Amino acid sequence: MSSASPALHPLDPQPAGAPTDMAVHLRDVRRVFSGREVLGGIDLSIPPGEFVALLGHSGTGKTTILRILSGLDRADAGTVQVPTARSVVFQEPRLVPAKRVWQNVVIGHDQNRPARETAIAALREVGLGQHVDAWPKTLSGGEAQRVALARALAVEPDLLLLDEPFASLDALTRMRMHDLVAQLWERHHPAVVLVTHDVDEAIVLADRIIVLNAGRITLDVRVNLSKPRLRTDARFGTLRQRLLDELGVISQPARHD
Amino acid sequence: MTDALATLAEGASVARSRAPAGGRISRSPQLQDLSPGEARSTRWRQASPWQRRATRLLVPVLILAAWQFVSEAGLVSTYVLPPPTAILAAFHELIVTGELQSAIVTSSARALSGLVIGGSLGLALGLFAGLWKLGDDVFDGPMQMLRMVPSIALIPLFIVWFGINETAKIALIITATAFPIYLNTYAGVRGIDNKLIEAGIIFGLDHKKLARRIILPTALPSILVGLRYSAGSSLLALVAAEQINARSGIGYILTIANQNQRVDIIIAGIIVYALLGLALAAFMTFVERLFLPWRTDIVLG
Ligand SMILES: Nc1ncnc2c1ncn2[C@@H]1O[C@H](COP(=O)(O)OP(=O)(O)O)[C@@H](O)[C@H]1O
Ligand SMILES: [Mg+2]
Repeated sequence: MSSASPALHPLDPQPAGAPTDMAVHLRDVRRVFSGREVLGGIDLSIPPGEFVALLGHSGTGKTTILRILSGLDRADAGTVQVPTARSVVFQEPRLVPAKRVWQNVVIGHDQNRPARETAIAALREVGLGQHVDAWPKTLSGGEAQRVALARALAVEPDLLLLDEPFASLDALTRMRMHDLVAQLWERHHPAVVLVTHDVDEAIVLADRIIVLNAGRITLDVRVNLSKPRLRTDARFGTLRQRLLDELGVISQPARHD
Repeated sequence: MTDALATLAEGASVARSRAPAGGRISRSPQLQDLSPGEARSTRWRQASPWQRRATRLLVPVLILAAWQFVSEAGLVSTYVLPPPTAILAAFHELIVTGELQSAIVTSSARALSGLVIGGSLGLALGLFAGLWKLGDDVFDGPMQMLRMVPSIALIPLFIVWFGINETAKIALIITATAFPIYLNTYAGVRGIDNKLIEAGIIFGLDHKKLARRIILPTALPSILVGLRYSAGSSLLALVAAEQINARSGIGYILTIANQNQRVDIIIAGIIVYALLGLALAAFMTFVERLFLPWRTDIVLG
């Protein structure tokens, strides 16, 4: 389905000679906030179905890239091409408290019977089949975030953007979410950009890891480890050390914050 | 195992006895029993509903009894403060003649028509100013200024403009009710977290759907708080408006009673106003329960 070339949707009027077989095509993308250049020329192409993790310290422009990819923000210069069908899971669930869980999942659809069926199917996929008619306020943090994931999947995206979606979850829930995301990605195969500052999370999930430093890409590596990836694997440790070095972190243990 | 425990226990008692010596010696903490059924504070919660209802009536009944006693013992002249039985008799008189029923209908109609018109006006302006920049620029400034005018101060002006008939009364209630719902609607719409709106945009909602599916449902609690305030204001304005030459309604009963020095009927009229207020408040609670099933904490204006 989504591994075929997605319909590209230029967010920038500039018609660039973009390779149309890419799900994401960024060329020399710049973003300036009040005179300060936050993105200083980002080049990034992501083929359909690739899982990319975007690593970087806080304030390096990860969210800014994601907002540009999602269309919520516009670049000041450069080329931005993304699929029309894209969705986002934010750091917070961002559910409408006045709408039942299923209505939140299909918030963009006409809210009729077929939409409810779609919602139920998506909720079952994230293991929330029993909470279809619940109110968002009654959910735990992890459950609410899974509803957000179901909502993102219900639109069958070609590009799924995840902005630190697990950062506020406890460690156990987060590991379960990793498995869930991996499963869902296997099944639906959208291109994914996962923003995180958790190095282990990036290695466990991604095909490719990109490190952002002060608004520029400073490392772009492929993760050639077979799945499931075990933290105890020596090559896991090597890659982790390399990423931590790139991030300028001295010690080894993964950060969980 | 047992030895170790014994040693620990011994250590603890030693520690306690040595406590004044300072350092990192822990005193045994004072304990509080929170087990169910034990603590005395929970005993009353287990009282039967009947016991609790009876208890709620305790103070009102005592007051009524004292009131009756004061009148009958001649401590206060029954002319100044007629006893509760006299108030009951006044109610009886008003009901038998049918005055009370027609007065309640008339007064409620005034309050409700004013509330409906003023509430709709406030809601419409609040939505317009909340949702559209243009509405904000055009209406919010004037509304924020006008709300500072106490509506009762407008009575002389309205008498000049509308005369002393129904129009002046309804106009007063409209002005009193439009502002609370305007302010709360505006604040409710403006106060919506931009993050929710962003999520809506991501999932393909256009402006109309954003308003219908996200903004209005999320602002509804605030709008209903506004409605509750407006309902309260409508009664205040009703009482004030009915001081203007009322020829029907509860205000009329009060005016006549005043002329005839019938304190019992005056008190009965005041009680009717209070009952109308209670009925409105109960109705609003019902509306909130109906429209805000997702709210666990229902806001009482
Ligand atoms: N709307 C904005 N206005 C001004 N500055 C912004 C805005 N959004 C982000 N920034 C700044 O851009 C930088 C990068 O932010 P962000 O992309 O959120 O970083 P992160 O990598 O932590 O997600 C930060 O210094 C932030 O203060
Ligand atoms: Mg961020």
